[in-house]
Amino acid sequence: MNPMTDADIAEAGISSAPPPSTRASSLLRRSLRLGRTRLGLILVSLLVLLAIIGPYLAPYGPSTPVGAPNSVPGGKALLGTDYLGQDVLSRLLYGGGSILVMAVIATALGMIVGAAIGLLAAYSRNVLDDVLMRGMDVIMAFPQIMLALVAVAIIGAHSWVIVTAIALTTAPRIARVARGAAQPVVERDFIACSEAMGVPRWQILATELLPNTLGPLMVEASLRVTYSIGVIAALAYLGLAPDPNGANWGTMIQENQIALVVQPWGVVAPIIAIALLTMGTGLIGDGIARTAAGIDRARGGE
Amino acid sequence: MNVPEMPGIGETAVAVDDLRIDIAATGTPVVSDVSFEIARGEILGVVGESGSGKTTVGLALLGHARRGLRIAGGSVMLAGSNVLTLSDDDRRKLRGWVVSYVPQDPASSLNPALRIGLQLREVLEAHNPQADHAERVAEMMREVALPDDRTFLRRYPHELSGGQQQRIGLAMAFANRPRLIVLDEPTTGLDVTTQAHVLSTVRQLAKLHSVAALYVSHDLAVVATLATSVAVMYAGRIVELGRAEDLFAAAGHPYTRRLIGAIPRLTGGRSLVGIPGRALPPGQRPAGCGFAPRCSLRVAQCDEAVPELRPVGADHTVRCIRAEEVLTQEQGKVGDPIALLSGVGAEVPALRLENLVASYGRHEVVHSVSLSLAAHECLALVGESGSGKTTVARAIAGLHHHWTGTISLLGAELQFSARRRGKDTRRQIQYIFQNPYGSLNPRRTVGQIIEQPLKVFGTASGREARVRVGEMLERVSLPAAAAARYPDQLSGGERQRVAIARALVCDPTVLICDEVTSALDVSVQAAIVELLGALQRDLGLSMLFITHNLPLVRSIAQRVAVMHQGSLTEVGEAGLVLASPSEPYTQQLIADTPSLETAIADVTLGEP
Repeated sequence: MNPMTDADIAEAGISSAPPPSTRASSLLRRSLRLGRTRLGLILVSLLVLLAIIGPYLAPYGPSTPVGAPNSVPGGKALLGTDYLGQDVLSRLLYGGGSILVMAVIATALGMIVGAAIGLLAAYSRNVLDDVLMRGMDVIMAFPQIMLALVAVAIIGAHSWVIVTAIALTTAPRIARVARGAAQPVVERDFIACSEAMGVPRWQILATELLPNTLGPLMVEASLRVTYSIGVIAALAYLGLAPDPNGANWGTMIQENQIALVVQPWGVVAPIIAIALLTMGTGLIGDGIARTAAGIDRARGGE
Repeated sequence: MNVPEMPGIGETAVAVDDLRIDIAATGTPVVSDVSFEIARGEILGVVGESGSGKTTVGLALLGHARRGLRIAGGSVMLAGSNVLTLSDDDRRKLRGWVVSYVPQDPASSLNPALRIGLQLREVLEAHNPQADHAERVAEMMREVALPDDRTFLRRYPHELSGGQQQRIGLAMAFANRPRLIVLDEPTTGLDVTTQAHVLSTVRQLAKLHSVAALYVSHDLAVVATLATSVAVMYAGRIVELGRAEDLFAAAGHPYTRRLIGAIPRLTGGRSLVGIPGRALPPGQRPAGCGFAPRCSLRVAQCDEAVPELRPVGADHTVRCIRAEEVLTQEQGKVGDPIALLSGVGAEVPALRLENLVASYGRHEVVHSVSLSLAAHECLALVGESGSGKTTVARAIAGLHHHWTGTISLLGAELQFSARRRGKDTRRQIQYIFQNPYGSLNPRRTVGQIIEQPLKVFGTASGREARVRVGEMLERVSLPAAAAARYPDQLSGGERQRVAIARALVCDPTVLICDEVTSALDVSVQAAIVELLGALQRDLGLSMLFITHNLPLVRSIAQRVAVMHQGSLTEVGEAGLVLASPSEPYTQQLIADTPSLETAIADVTLGEP
C-alpha cells in the first residue's frame, strides 16, 4: 500500500468520513448501493426461492401426464405440456433445484481447492509456485465442458461426477485469481512479521493472506457460479443429467426442442429461467467488482 | 529560440492573495487566508506536516485542485494574469511554459515506455513545435549534471537511478525557462548525498535563470539549507512567514518552535521533544487558532477567533496573539541531553555478529560484517539505501536466509531462518518494520494484532492476554479504545505505536528498529523516538536502530556503526563519530546531511 495515501486523504479532508475499508462484509454492503447488484440479487433470490418452494407450488408432479403431448398453454396446463404430455410449469418448478445445488457445491469446492492452491503458490515464491501454476495451466487447456463430458462418459452421469468435474475445472481459474491477488500481499511486512514470530505456514495462509484476498475471490466466485450453471445445464441438454427422465431445465430444452414451432414454451420457459439466473449472478459479480475497483480508486487514486 | 523575457532578480514573479480551497462536496475549507509573494530568483519553502495543506497550495499555483477539492477564492497573479480565472486552454498553455511542477516521486512522473530524450523533447515541442531541439536537450542535460550523449538519452526511465530520474524531472521543469517552479518534496526518498546534489542543482538553476521557486517540504532542515524565505503551514493556514534566517534564528509561533525542537540535531545529543496531540483534519478544526489544542501557551483568547497574521519584524509575520512572548524565549534548547551508559561491554553481548556475509542469489550485498550489541545498549546502524543495513537486520531476525558467518544471541548461536529457531529465541528478537502501513494486517483489529504474539508464543490467553494488550497500549500512549480499531482508522504515528506494542508484548531482549520513523512526519518522528528511547532505558532493551537519518542517531543511540556498500566503515561512540568522523565516507555523509544549525550558521556567516 502506498504510504502517502493516508496523508493524501487527510490533506484532502476526507478522513472525517468513515475510513475506507475493503473488509469483505463491507464490500458486499457497499456493492449493494449499485443498482446492478440489487437487480442481480433480486433475480437470484427470486429463482432460488422458485427452486426451493417450486415443488410445493407445482400443480402436478414432474412426471404426471396431464394432457396430449405438446399441447399449447391453456386449460389445465398454464404453460402447455411437453413431448410426453407432462405439465411444463410443474417441470419448470421442479427442475431448478438440482442445477442450483450442483452449481453452488461445485463452485464452492472449486473455490476451496483453487484458493488453497493459488495462495500456496503465491506464498511459496519458489519452484512449488511454478509446479502448481503450470499444473493449473494444463487443466485449463481443456475446455470445461469437454473435461466434464469425458468424466461423465467414463464414470457415468452421477451427480458427484458432474460436481467434481466442474469443481476441478473451476479450481485453476480461481487459483490464478487467488495467486494474483495474494502476490502483492505476500510482500507486505505483516507477513514477514508472522514469519519472524514463527506462525505456522498454513495459519499464515488462512489468517493473514486469505482475508486480504477475499475481495477479488468473491468477484471470481460469483462469476464462476454463473459458468457452472451454464455447464450443468449444457450437460443436461446433452443428455448427461443424473436422472435422465427427471425434471431439469437443461433436459427440458433438449426434450422439447423438436416441438419448438408447435409448443415453444417447453423450450423457452427453461431458457428464460437459466438466462435470468445467470444474469443475476453475473450482475452481482459485476457489482462487487465495480465496488472493489471503486474502493481501490479512492485509496490510491490521486 | 523564443524564451520568456528575463527581468532581473527581485521583481515579483508570483503573488498569491487570500487563497482559499474547499472540499467541493461540503464546502469545508482545507486551505484559507494564504497570501505570499515570491520574487524572481528566490525560493520560498513551504513547511508543514502531512494534512497541513502545503501540497494543495503548491498545486493551486498551477491552477490545479486535486480531485474532491475546489479553489474557492483568492487570486494567483502570475505573468500579469490570474491563473485561477483563466480558461482551461489558457491555463494549459501556461503550464510548463510560465509555471512548471516537479512532483515528489520522479519514477511515477516519467513515462516508463518512452526514452528520456524523447520525453525531454516533448516538453520543448509542446510550446514550440517547429524548432530543432537537439541542442537544447543537450544543454538541459548539462545543466542538471547528467551526460548529454545519445546513448544516455536513449535510456528508459527505469535504467536511471532515483537521483537521475529526479534530475530529469528538474530538467523538464526548467526546460522552457519558466517564471515559477513548484517543487513538491522532490528529494523525499533520495539518499542524503543525492539529495545534496539535487538541492544544489535547484539552487543554481533558480539563481542562474532568475526563476522563482516554491519548495514544499516537511523537512525543516532541507528548507533551511535551500530557501530564502519560509512559510510555515498549520491546519490550512500560514502561521508564520519570514526570511529563512530570521525565522530559524527566532521563530515567533509556538508551532514553529515546537517543530524546530522536534528536529534531530547532528550536534548536542539531545532527546527529541514531540508535539503532543495531532493536527485535526478539515471540518474538525477549532474556531480559533488551529494550533491552540496542542499549544502550551494557550489562553482563553486563542479559542475566540483565528488570530491575524501580523508583522513582528521586517518581512516577518506571525499568526499568534502571543508572538512577542514567544520571541523573547530562548530558541532551540529543548530536551535534555541523553544519558550515556557506563560500563558497557562487561557482560556477554546481547547480540554478536561475526563475519556476516549475506547475499541475494549470487549477488553479495553484505561483506563480512562483525558487530556486537551490548546488553541495554542502543546501537545505530547508519547507511544509505543499498548499503545492506536492512539485510543485516533481516538476517538477525531470521527473515533473510542466505548468509554465512555467525550470529549469536546472548552467546548462543542462531539458526539461519526464524522457523528453525526455538520459540524462545524468536520471542527474544523482535523486529519493528519501516512502514507501519504495511506491517499491520488491515483485516485485524489493533487488539488482535497485539495479542497475536502472546498466542503464538503461548505466553498468555483469554482475559490475561487482554489485560496485557491494555498494558501495552498504555505503554505506547494509545487509548484503550484503540484495541477495537482497525489499522486504517489510525494515523501513521499511531500505527507505528501499535507495531511497537506488538514487539514489546512478548518481552524481548533485542529490539530491531528498521527505519521506523522514515514514513512519519517530524513531530511524530520525535514522539516515536522519544518513546523508543524511554522504553529502551526503562526496560533495559538492547536496541539496533537502523536509519539513514544521521542527526536522529544523536537523539537515541549510544554507539553508531556506519555501513557503506555492504561493509562497516566506522564504529564508535555516537558523539565522537558524528563530531569528528575519521573515515572519509562518514565525513562526506555528514557534510551532505542538511541540518538546521549549519544552515543557520552559513546564513549568519554570509555565503551558503
